[in-house]
Amino acid sequence: MSLAVDVRATIGEFRLDARFALPEGLTVLFGPSGAGKTRLLRLVAGLDAPAEGRIGLGPTVFADTAAGTALAPHRRRIGMVFQEPYLLPHRTVAGNVALAASGAGRAERRERAEELLARVDAAALAARRPSELSGGQRQRVALARALAGQPRLLLLDEPFGALDVPVRRQLRALVRSLVDEAGVPTVFVTHDPAELAALADQVLLAADGDVSVVTDTATALARLDDPVDGAGA
Amino acid sequence: MDWFPLLLSLRVAALATLITTIVGVAGGYALARVRFPGRGLVEAVASLPIVLPPTVLGYYLLVAIGRNSPIGRAWEAVFGQQLVFTWQAAVVAASVASLPYCLRTATAAIGAVDVGYEEAARVAGLHGGRLAFTVVLPLAGRGIVAGISLAFARALGDFGTTIMVAGNIPGRTQTMPIAVYDRVQAFDYATAGALSAVLAGVAIAVLLLVRRLERSAL
Repeated sequence: MSLAVDVRATIGEFRLDARFALPEGLTVLFGPSGAGKTRLLRLVAGLDAPAEGRIGLGPTVFADTAAGTALAPHRRRIGMVFQEPYLLPHRTVAGNVALAASGAGRAERRERAEELLARVDAAALAARRPSELSGGQRQRVALARALAGQPRLLLLDEPFGALDVPVRRQLRALVRSLVDEAGVPTVFVTHDPAELAALADQVLLAADGDVSVVTDTATALARLDDPVDGAGA
Repeated sequence: MDWFPLLLSLRVAALATLITTIVGVAGGYALARVRFPGRGLVEAVASLPIVLPPTVLGYYLLVAIGRNSPIGRAWEAVFGQQLVFTWQAAVVAASVASLPYCLRTATAAIGAVDVGYEEAARVAGLHGGRLAFTVVLPLAGRGIVAGISLAFARALGDFGTTIMVAGNIPGRTQTMPIAVYDRVQAFDYATAGALSAVLAGVAIAVLLLVRRLERSAL
């Protein structure tokens, strides 16, 4: 299943023009701050609506302005991790993950949450409140929550931007293995070249609201070093 | 001492608070989260009971639910008796008088919830009532409980609006604040003092609760 995007959107002064089709695997959406990376992810997740164009995942149409259709965010089956974890403070860690879990009964959802927490090495945190966790632990839980609904697409928006380098390195490895296991197309947003180099199967470049170039890691890093043609460091 | 006014007041205030909570929280949710034309007008009208003199509010209510009004006639058709000058009319009065306290606090509390939580939950598959009851309302919970407490205190203490639509019928519609007035009129200061002390105690307890909730929300 591949993510195909062909949209235009205007948010205030900012214009986003995105045209691409992604192959399977982990795509790093790479570009400087303000290039439109988060804007694009919000359109794909259905949190914002495009002014014009179409977003589809395989045979599923997420949004199509010509046909006047837009699938609500909760029906897109997307797993998303934001820059902030947004874990509910009044629920335990397991309760947060279970809320997003697919499954018929409460017990089944709870079981799936426990499984996923174990998978992200956070089983011991299940009964704690989010306020008791470190930043890295919170994003582990957010990853488990993103996987809980058996997503068809993963969107990770600079999930480790606020974390220390050693923690980022660990979580990067975790993301890589989770994506390989889940086998769903994944878009990982970053402006960090190290993250790009470590994670990308392919790279989608964002610059000044233009998101249309799909390339490989070496080319993306080379463009970064080129001050004229570069996407900006 | 006659306990009827206290029991009536508690019953009226409890029912009014229930009504206020449902209308106030649902209305607050809509005002905080839904953009619709006339939103400002709705907010202003709902806040009127705060600024209108209670007797004026009572007068309008009397017109609205009196025997010749559509509401009054519908009530009489269903229940076989008029609505005004009954304890149920006191519930209506207390509900309308206390609604803005709950509505305004709930609107502010829900409006202060970071939409990021909601967005994360929507992408995670939640919507509608489940989104409201598991995400938004708990996050706004302390503010909402503070609003409900204020509404309860306002409902319990209402005098002017209640006396206009429910009257002062001992053993039927005489609530605590009206009983205090009634006792003073009869120079029975001892009973008036006892009734006042009970009402003041409840009011102080509610204030302390609200203060505690507001502090822990920071």
